[in-house]
Amino acid sequence: MKIAVLVKEVPATDKVKMDEKTGTMIRSEMESELNPLDMYAIEEAVRVKEKIGNTHVIAISMGPPQAINSIREAIPMGCDYGYLMSDKYFAGADTLATAYTLSAAIRKLGKFDLIFSGERATDGETGQVGPSVATQLGMPVVTYVSKVEKISDGIVRVCRSVEGGKETVEVELPALLSVVKEINEPRIPNLSGKIASKSKEIPLLTAKDIKVSSDKVGLSGSPTRVVKVFYPKLSRDGKILKVKNVESAVNELIKFMKERGVI
Amino acid sequence: MLPNECKGIWTIGEVRNGEINPVSYELLAWGRKLADKLEIELSSIILGNGIKEELTELFHFGADVVYAVDHAKLEHFLPDVHARIYEALVKEYKPEIIIASATTYGRTVMPILAAKLGTGLTADCTELDVDVRERILLQTRPAIGGNVMATIKTPAHRPQMSTVRPRAKKPLTIDNSRNGKIILKSYPPEFYKSKYRWISFEKDESVASPIQESDVIVAGGKGMKDGGNFKMLYDLAKKLNGAVGASRAAVDMGWIPYSHQVGLSGKTLSPRFYMAVGISGAVQHIAGMSSSEVVVAINKDPDAAIFKVSDFGIVGDALEILPVLIKKLSNEVNENG
Ligand SMILES: Cc1cc2nc3c(=O)[nH]c(=O)nc-3n(C[C@H](O)[C@H](O)[C@H](O)COP(=O)(O)OP(=O)(O)OC[C@H]3O[C@@H](n4cnc5c(N)ncnc54)[C@H](O)[C@@H]3O)c2cc1C
Ligand SMILES: Cc1cc2nc3c(=O)[nH]c(=O)nc-3n(C[C@H](O)[C@H](O)[C@H](O)COP(=O)(O)OP(=O)(O)OC[C@H]3O[C@@H](n4cnc5c(N)ncnc54)[C@H](O)[C@@H]3O)c2cc1C
Repeated sequence: MKIAVLVKEVPATDKVKMDEKTGTMIRSEMESELNPLDMYAIEEAVRVKEKIGNTHVIAISMGPPQAINSIREAIPMGCDYGYLMSDKYFAGADTLATAYTLSAAIRKLGKFDLIFSGERATDGETGQVGPSVATQLGMPVVTYVSKVEKISDGIVRVCRSVEGGKETVEVELPALLSVVKEINEPRIPNLSGKIASKSKEIPLLTAKDIKVSSDKVGLSGSPTRVVKVFYPKLSRDGKILKVKNVESAVNELIKFMKERGVI
Repeated sequence: MLPNECKGIWTIGEVRNGEINPVSYELLAWGRKLADKLEIELSSIILGNGIKEELTELFHFGADVVYAVDHAKLEHFLPDVHARIYEALVKEYKPEIIIASATTYGRTVMPILAAKLGTGLTADCTELDVDVRERILLQTRPAIGGNVMATIKTPAHRPQMSTVRPRAKKPLTIDNSRNGKIILKSYPPEFYKSKYRWISFEKDESVASPIQESDVIVAGGKGMKDGGNFKMLYDLAKKLNGAVGASRAAVDMGWIPYSHQVGLSGKTLSPRFYMAVGISGAVQHIAGMSSSEVVVAINKDPDAAIFKVSDFGIVGDALEILPVLIKKLSNEVNENG
């Protein structure tokens, strides 16, 4: 089998800056890392490979040149190759244009039986790229996958975590699965794997390489526009009570809840 | 599709276990405000099996028109079938705006539909408004762990599509005198061909009230000390008609399943009331709850970060406070009938 895993480089979670004029993120001066939720997608792809045998797992990312680091993190976890789509034309992409670029890359890189993506990236947080990639490739997508039960005869059976319980469905391959965190416990790569990954060749592909026209990718291929960015005020300056007597503290709390219509 | 050929606002209703899910009515509250501003029709789209009886409810909650497709093959969610039908409906009736709830259903079917239509989709909005003159939808959503809010528009493509956060808005007050037009559509058998096969659904009692759809969340963290103590949170949640959430630390300890985790790598919520018990308030946790309407915290550390984002806080031992709170609330409920 041939499996692709989509991985995204995201700003390290606690410090993020935005350019308030253009509405785009200022990435350069920030630390970045592999999207934490993509580790579960990588792990699951590698588990499928280990189970079935004779399988290759390929990590694919679109992003600025430094996004190569995410692929270097994916390889020691068990991916065989990695490719980075990087081009000035790809900048400013919304989910439709991102998915368009990724689907063109996947087509270019061969016929895949399975594609894994994370549930969502911790920066854009839309969770739309997986389903959009699948649709643009004309394949089905299963979202919120919390278990891959079996793969046989061109069909994969999975469990989905949805409101109120677990749904089991089967879908024809090729298919894209977007996985949730509860699916597995990602392995910690060993040092020698990490070192080997540093010297691994990871090809950079441009718009020309994957044969996409520049008006369908990046900002010009994006139907959406960020028109305003602002920072919400998170602090609430609430009343903080130190307990001397539990009874009276609880009475105050109940009074507050009544005032706010909770009870 | 181009802006000038499209008209009307659609909301994507949801059917679960044969019943119209309340998120469908919330969506009508979102849509009504926009439709009145633009002076256009508000519709609800409903796909399901055996749903005809319930459709008039949608008028009572604000719809002018209901488009319904009733078919045995729509009993379960087969994404390709649903997306195919929505696509056919959109191409026939050309709405300018489509709103769905950011549930697992909406977050799956909307990006498929947007990709098929080649239009923009804005995720998990907490605010929608319209520029009446330009007839453009202004979609506001938190991103990057609640650190920024972005207003997004889709200027040149139609329809303009968004998912909105469940529970961020209440349904309108029911008005039984409202009525409207039902358009029942049917499609040929090839529409129902699917690459999916639905196998089963196993109800998880612990998520009987999914946290994404609760008005009230009582969440516990590592300060609960022990999984057994979560029973108190369940008791409290029951008294308040809510659901139980948790920090990642509590989930990692195995005290409660992951489906209850609130935060950056869990669920992002906007309930009416959020109570954080024994949760320190790490940025990754705050990312999932900062847009709650009212926040209360109980923590024994007066410097815990959670207090900064709380409207009311108690510095004290949760294991002493919770039993008293539960008892007093029981008395309240008894007094009120
Ligand atoms: C504040 C803000 C708000 C935004 N809101 C929207 C919006 O509402 N709608 C919209 O269309 N765009 C939006 N964008 C743009 C969006 O963030 C980018 O298109 C981004 O490249 C992909 O979306 P995401 O981060 O939401 O990824 P998600 O869809 O959350 O990612 C899901 C999975 O897809 C895969 N994936 C995602 N991106 C890549 C990639 N570059 N390379 C490889 N795999 C990938 C990963 O497996 C990931 O786990 C927004 C951007 C910002 C800065
Ligand atoms: C990439 C990434 C993603 C993450 N995603 C999430 C996420 O989605 N959700 C999430 O929650 N975290 C997430 N985290 C983890 C986060 O950083 C914190 O580690 C976590 O939120 C801590 O949980 P906690 O508050 O329960 O535990 P702690 O930080 O250990 O806090 C326990 C609190 O309980 C208080 N306490 C102790 N005893 C009592 C008592 N008897 N009565 C009252 N109070 C008491 C203590 O004072 C303390 O404030 C993520 C981290 C990373 C790096």
